[in-house]
Amino acid sequence: MTPASTPGTSRLDPEPVTRRDFLGLAAVGAALSALAFATLGMFRLPKAAVLSSPSKKFRVNLPESLPPGQPYVPAGRSVAVFRDAEGVYAISLVCTHLGCIVKSQPDGFECPCHGSRFRPDGSVAKGPAPRPLPWRQVTSGSKGYVVDEDASVPVGTRAKA
Amino acid sequence: MSSAPSPTSGLRSLAANLGRAPRRILQSMVRTGVPRTDRTRSTFVFGNVFLHLHAVRTHRWSLRWSTTWGLGIAAAAAFLLTLVTGVLLMCYYKPYPDVAYQSIKDIHFVVPTGRFIRNIHRWAANIMVVAVLLHMARVFFTAAYRKPREFNWLIGLALLASTLGLSFTGYLLPWDQLAYWAITIGANIAQSPREVTDALGITEAFDPGGFQHQLLLGSDVVGDEALIRFYVLHVMALPLLLVVLLAVHFWRIRKDGGLARPADVDERLGPPPADTYPVFTEAPTRTYHLAAIVRGRTEAVGRGPENTVPSMPHLFYAEFGVLMATVLLCLALALVSDAPLKELANPTVPENPAKAPWYFLGLQELVSFSAFLGGIGIPAIVLLGLGLIPFLDREERGTGLWFGGPGGRGLVAQAVALGLAAPLAVEALAIRYGWLREWFPDLPQFVITLVNPGTVITALYAAFSLVLVRKYRSARAGAIGLFTCFLCGFVVLTIIGTYFRGPNWVFYWSPALWPQH
Repeated sequence: MTPASTPGTSRLDPEPVTRRDFLGLAAVGAALSALAFATLGMFRLPKAAVLSSPSKKFRVNLPESLPPGQPYVPAGRSVAVFRDAEGVYAISLVCTHLGCIVKSQPDGFECPCHGSRFRPDGSVAKGPAPRPLPWRQVTSGSKGYVVDEDASVPVGTRAKA
Repeated sequence: MSSAPSPTSGLRSLAANLGRAPRRILQSMVRTGVPRTDRTRSTFVFGNVFLHLHAVRTHRWSLRWSTTWGLGIAAAAAFLLTLVTGVLLMCYYKPYPDVAYQSIKDIHFVVPTGRFIRNIHRWAANIMVVAVLLHMARVFFTAAYRKPREFNWLIGLALLASTLGLSFTGYLLPWDQLAYWAITIGANIAQSPREVTDALGITEAFDPGGFQHQLLLGSDVVGDEALIRFYVLHVMALPLLLVVLLAVHFWRIRKDGGLARPADVDERLGPPPADTYPVFTEAPTRTYHLAAIVRGRTEAVGRGPENTVPSMPHLFYAEFGVLMATVLLCLALALVSDAPLKELANPTVPENPAKAPWYFLGLQELVSFSAFLGGIGIPAIVLLGLGLIPFLDREERGTGLWFGGPGGRGLVAQAVALGLAAPLAVEALAIRYGWLREWFPDLPQFVITLVNPGTVITALYAAFSLVLVRKYRSARAGAIGLFTCFLCGFVVLTIIGTYFRGPNWVFYWSPALWPQH
């Protein structure tokens, strides 16, 4: 029975959903969800399982003459190593705001990008940085110290000299 | 006829056909001859795959300069320029760190016309951003986003996002200091949802910021992986997306009935010029079955002649004129001003100040208050608000007219005043007296993030807009207020970011006052 033959309905009115239409709809739904999952699956490719970044663990030989509170920045690294009476510690130089490299100043650290300032212990003094500069793990080895830029330690943790 | 053709006549006709071949190739290509009559003018449009996105006839209202100022065509023309120059640059550019920088240097100093082509590419990209923004403002202020054009407004927003995405990804490719640090900042903005997840303590379990950051860079830091990703996005993924969106955008213009025009357009335009050939010599009184599948009113019933003129030549000449003017402007700018190239990227020493391209400096100003709210929160609110406008404003008054709707120019003037005053006042306060962290050092980070100059300006704008909705009893009035304010805020913040921020993002009245280093 076509809808047009029913009195009072126009042939432009939508037809009622039949069982065949329902199955068709289900098939379309299944196809669309399969496509959606395939698309999600494709996103696994750009998310690398192993990151290409270089090792964050490195050995550092502090100069004998390094005065207390004076930063020593190993070449190519974004971490400042300090030595004082209690031991050796390292503070990250990557601004917690947007990742610029902060500059060590006598009164702490200063970020050139958006003006964040940090106190000598890394806590935020001014600006948009949401978190303090993290302290990095330092362990004393047989030949100097090993700094791990991937491992954070509580503020005040020092490696014994 | 009866005798077989002689061999010489075969050769003769071959020679004759050869002589006529160029003309016949042209005829077979164009098919319809010179567009001199109304009929050939029509076939000229719908017989051509590139032109048939246009209607055969164009409404006279659409052809007034003040209807559009040609801004959409200018944006498309600038895009065309970046496409052509971009393909040329790809002949020499090599997407690998350090090598990339050298190849840009080669393009600049060694490749014939390389510097000029790169300058055109850079200027066309800039002009495209400006044209897209102005085009959006035009559509907004003439209320052309209203029904039935809501969806095309959304497509337009997607085009704006793609345009900015193309600019941003292109910015990294030279691999100089400027590029490296702008992208470091940009990638960290993508990571900034961590500000929220950290505050909630759920970063371990749910880390959309870290995911975005890694997806963008393919690594923890901006390196070779990041460069190749940005390159793929810049030369393939985003242009493809933009072209597809552009096709839909153009097609929808036509399907939505051409450009928006006021209801009383015929009275406003007056009688058509004497040389306009009328479509209908008398008002048609009935339509045929085709009307059953066409939505809305059939415009021609009971009216005529329509106020239209043939698209060829009127519309095409105007569009071609805008195209040429855009090309001319880009070439002129490319001649007088070189695209910048700083020293090779150095991942241990940031550029100071590290500035993004100018159209992102307003954003960078917001980011200098809070990474997440300035870089993602407020832009997302703005984009969401823009997308909702055509669905909240369901009015009809003033469609197709500049500053149409309740309030008109007076309302826009008020909004401009507030839109300029609010960011200037808040910025002045923050620059002169500091902000919450300086006043109350023990305030929790959550409050410092949430209440920053950027969010205060946004809240002021939103409040003003709600007042307008109440006062005029009209969503359009609120939309005008909000849109105008955000436009003004964008301008003020961009100018501050561009001209008044120096090393360490400190405010300086002029670069001459920057400290030497």
